[in-house]
Amino acid sequence: MTLALALEQLLNGLQLGVMLFLMAAGLTLIFGVMGLINLAHGSLYMVGAFACATVAAWTGSFWIGLIASLVAAAAAGAIVELVVIRRLYDRDHLDQVLATFALILIFSEGTRWLFGSFPLYLDIPPLLQGAVALPGGTEYPVYRLAIILAGAIVAFGLYLLISRTRLGMRIRAGESDREMIGALGVDIRTLYTVVFALGAALAGLAGAMVGALQSVQVGMGEPVLILAFVVIVIGGIGSIKGALLGALLVGVTDTMGRFLLPKILALFVAPAQAGMIGGAAASMLIYIVMAVILAVKPRGLFPAAHA
Amino acid sequence: MKKMLAAATLALSMSTAGTAFAEPLKIGMITTLSGGGAGLGIDTRDGFMLAIKNSGNKDITVVTEDDAQKPELAVQIADKMIQSNQVDILTGIVWSNLLMAVAPSAVAQGKFYVSTNAAPAALAGANCNKLYFNAAYQNDNLHEAMGEYANKGYKKMFILAPNYPAGKDSLTGFKRYYKGQLAAEVYTQVGQTDYAAEIAQMRASGADGIFTFLPGGMGIAFMKQFAQSGVKIPVMGPGFSFSQDVLPAIGDAAVGAKASGQWAPDFDNAASKKFLADFQKEYNRLPSIYAVQAYDAAQLILSAASKASVKDAKAFGAELKKADIQSPRGKFKFNTNQHPIQDIYLTEVVKQNGVITNKTVEKIFADHGDAYAKDCKI
Repeated sequence: MTLALALEQLLNGLQLGVMLFLMAAGLTLIFGVMGLINLAHGSLYMVGAFACATVAAWTGSFWIGLIASLVAAAAAGAIVELVVIRRLYDRDHLDQVLATFALILIFSEGTRWLFGSFPLYLDIPPLLQGAVALPGGTEYPVYRLAIILAGAIVAFGLYLLISRTRLGMRIRAGESDREMIGALGVDIRTLYTVVFALGAALAGLAGAMVGALQSVQVGMGEPVLILAFVVIVIGGIGSIKGALLGALLVGVTDTMGRFLLPKILALFVAPAQAGMIGGAAASMLIYIVMAVILAVKPRGLFPAAHA
Repeated sequence: MKKMLAAATLALSMSTAGTAFAEPLKIGMITTLSGGGAGLGIDTRDGFMLAIKNSGNKDITVVTEDDAQKPELAVQIADKMIQSNQVDILTGIVWSNLLMAVAPSAVAQGKFYVSTNAAPAALAGANCNKLYFNAAYQNDNLHEAMGEYANKGYKKMFILAPNYPAGKDSLTGFKRYYKGQLAAEVYTQVGQTDYAAEIAQMRASGADGIFTFLPGGMGIAFMKQFAQSGVKIPVMGPGFSFSQDVLPAIGDAAVGAKASGQWAPDFDNAASKKFLADFQKEYNRLPSIYAVQAYDAAQLILSAASKASVKDAKAFGAELKKADIQSPRGKFKFNTNQHPIQDIYLTEVVKQNGVITNKTVEKIFADHGDAYAKDCKI
């Protein structure tokens, strides 16, 4: 094992973490402000990816597709909030889980009905094709570096939004006391719609960026959704800072586990078995990390002030 | 007069409706029609239904249900199909872990299972069954062929597959024929979509060739990421990794990849040409190998049903085993363990008139059976 390989794997972990952050940020905002568990967040990720692939195929430009993914996911989020989610705020979490699970099925089958079951083609824009040399003599895909950069910009933008703007102030107020800000005359219904659309847009952005790297297909959102939930549980539900750190922790743990565990096991057992056992153990690793963190800090690393 | 007219109508209807069966036949198709693996299941269903439609037979009913690639769901559907739909034959499962959950219990209940794809080693050897047929291959076959191919010119291979029964069969099959050195043997999660960690290991491994078995969306993700990584090691795999269901989504990144297969769209025989034309006419796309396998499974069932009643398991099984069909693959017959003996070819992904597809390069194995048949005592 060389330093170059370790560096490359660390970047891979960061990239996965950043991608998870985009998902988890929206999820944790929605939970923090509205107290809503939104299982359909993965569907919004899928909407972003399909919008980007379709528009990119029409126009030939990935960048227009990327804008389309933000618009489509935000619009889908706003519509879902107005039509369905709005009725769920006063219900308990089980009702929310059931209703948003139904939304997953509706989104999946709706997408299949519109686009068919075969994966769509979405390629990386020419500007970000290929790989660049890293110190240590290895190469790294430009596109993955771009995802890391985009994630960092979004994280900084969210920080500014929440700490420096009126909307951010209302979001923070909503997190600490929902009834009170309503009583103070803030239009809470519009605030909820805006926050939901913002979270949806972030998920859509993640879906579009990842879609170019993986495959754009029905059901692509659900595996990511599970990881995003792990992230917000580790980070502390409702905390953006927690989501960022949780996402990076999960991303790096998962990548390093997949890379190192088989190597460590190979010192003790035959390579074929080490690969098999190591692979299986690596897929459990993030859940073990989550369990350990919850045992020490039951409300996550950065519990939100209320609740 | 009336009687004569009725007889004439009956004779006429029989001559237009193709061969009538001794008894109506009910087939239960369980396949993956939703989620990431849906492309494979849809090609399976469409290939199967094409053969049924071409036969023009009205005595045959096919009940189709989606297993969503979930073993527990497949088991429930199989129970329902056997108990309430009263099917005679089950078919259609794409994934080996699902097949292992369904097929052994179906044959124990006296139903035929004709597999259109999944062919785990566990059902090919000592645990083979008179009622279990595989129309596709044995899981190891295409991987064995790539192992044999890799012997020519590759000294150090990096091999990778998902961690499930067919993934293990894959790497076992590859290693059975590959004589060179292994740089690494890596198992990934089923349904994994990010291969950055594995690609980094490939880069550092010093391998001169990469063998991956990644069907469906997994292969799309891997090939796109690999193309961007700057790693310049040739990639090869079994036909599933570069099958027609995934090639359009991978795009140019797949061009040049070598794979093994029992069929490719450029096969020069009458059955293949007819199949290709019919499939494109019916569904307006190129078929994958899953479609060919399912098409043959349906042909096998149709051929057996025209000669024996499915209620007479012994006679029906014997007719199935004769494999009296015109397969698009050319040669096709059953081994003692009721898995195919067939030729396996090397194919290459090419771009022809803007369409990315597979082209036959050479024959790797002639009349290839599998390593487990000798343990099968039926």
